[in-house]
Amino acid sequence: MTPPMTCVTRPASPATDMFSRILTSGLIAGAVTGLIAALLQLWFVQPVLLHAELYESGQLAHFGAETVSAHQDPGPFEWTRNMLSVLFTMMVYAGYGLMLVALMAVSESQGNAVTARQGLLWGLAGYLTMQLAPAFGLAPEVPGVAAADVQVRAIWWLGTALATGLALWLIAFGKGWAAWGVAVVLLLAPHVIGAPQPDSYAGPVPPELSAEFAGRALGAGAMAWVLLGLLAGWFWQRESQSAPVPQAA
Amino acid sequence: MTAKPMTAAGASRASVLFPAVAAFAIGFGLIFMSGLVQAETLHDAAHDVRHATGFPCH
Repeated sequence: MTPPMTCVTRPASPATDMFSRILTSGLIAGAVTGLIAALLQLWFVQPVLLHAELYESGQLAHFGAETVSAHQDPGPFEWTRNMLSVLFTMMVYAGYGLMLVALMAVSESQGNAVTARQGLLWGLAGYLTMQLAPAFGLAPEVPGVAAADVQVRAIWWLGTALATGLALWLIAFGKGWAAWGVAVVLLLAPHVIGAPQPDSYAGPVPPELSAEFAGRALGAGAMAWVLLGLLAGWFWQRESQSAPVPQAA
Repeated sequence: MTAKPMTAAGASRASVLFPAVAAFAIGFGLIFMSGLVQAETLHDAAHDVRHATGFPCH
């Protein structure tokens, strides 16, 4: 409960004001990052994905009767498909942006000021949490790979992200060996339990393409997350500075 | 009573927690919808993004 205000100096309550600042910073940082991430994806990742789909659909066959050239025409630019990708990438990073800035706000209320420079670290932590740690068990999947049931994988994926995020928070803000010990357990637990794996391997895509896809997806994600952290920190700092600070009479 | 010194954000802990939880939940909703919901239309529209961002897709 917010205590009743005895002196009204501005119309919005502190909570509403805080909410709108988190929304503004998170959504703008996320949308800008999403747009750039989408371009990175279309440029670096999509050609590998389209190439792999030629094998998934059976148009090309790895170890078939004929040797297949490693250089395939990716085909014409598919506007609808790619614009949907831009839209959804922006939604994904807007979501990440909101979550990141919400955590920045909590951390700042505990006395840890957030700047653009520190935002870089926040972005790296976000990357470890949402991409690298889940990928340690479930590498980015090229179309056509064999995999365990999607819901089981989604649960493992979410659990891993949650455990890794909590662990990084404890490493950054926890005090003492107990917190750091819990952090190490949380970091390792999902991988000791192990990600759900398929019963057998049935992917038709050459391993060279799968590896290239995973490397590209993780690399593009790293660039996007570092940018997201930088922008989120920068916008958040700007919003904080322009926030009305109650003046003593 | 004298006013307490505030952080740069001018915020006390209580006035941060609820807005932060709300914004975090909205952000998670966006991720869940674009990355994880298996409804066919959503899956098809977000297909390439899910693969490229490392979400479990199929």
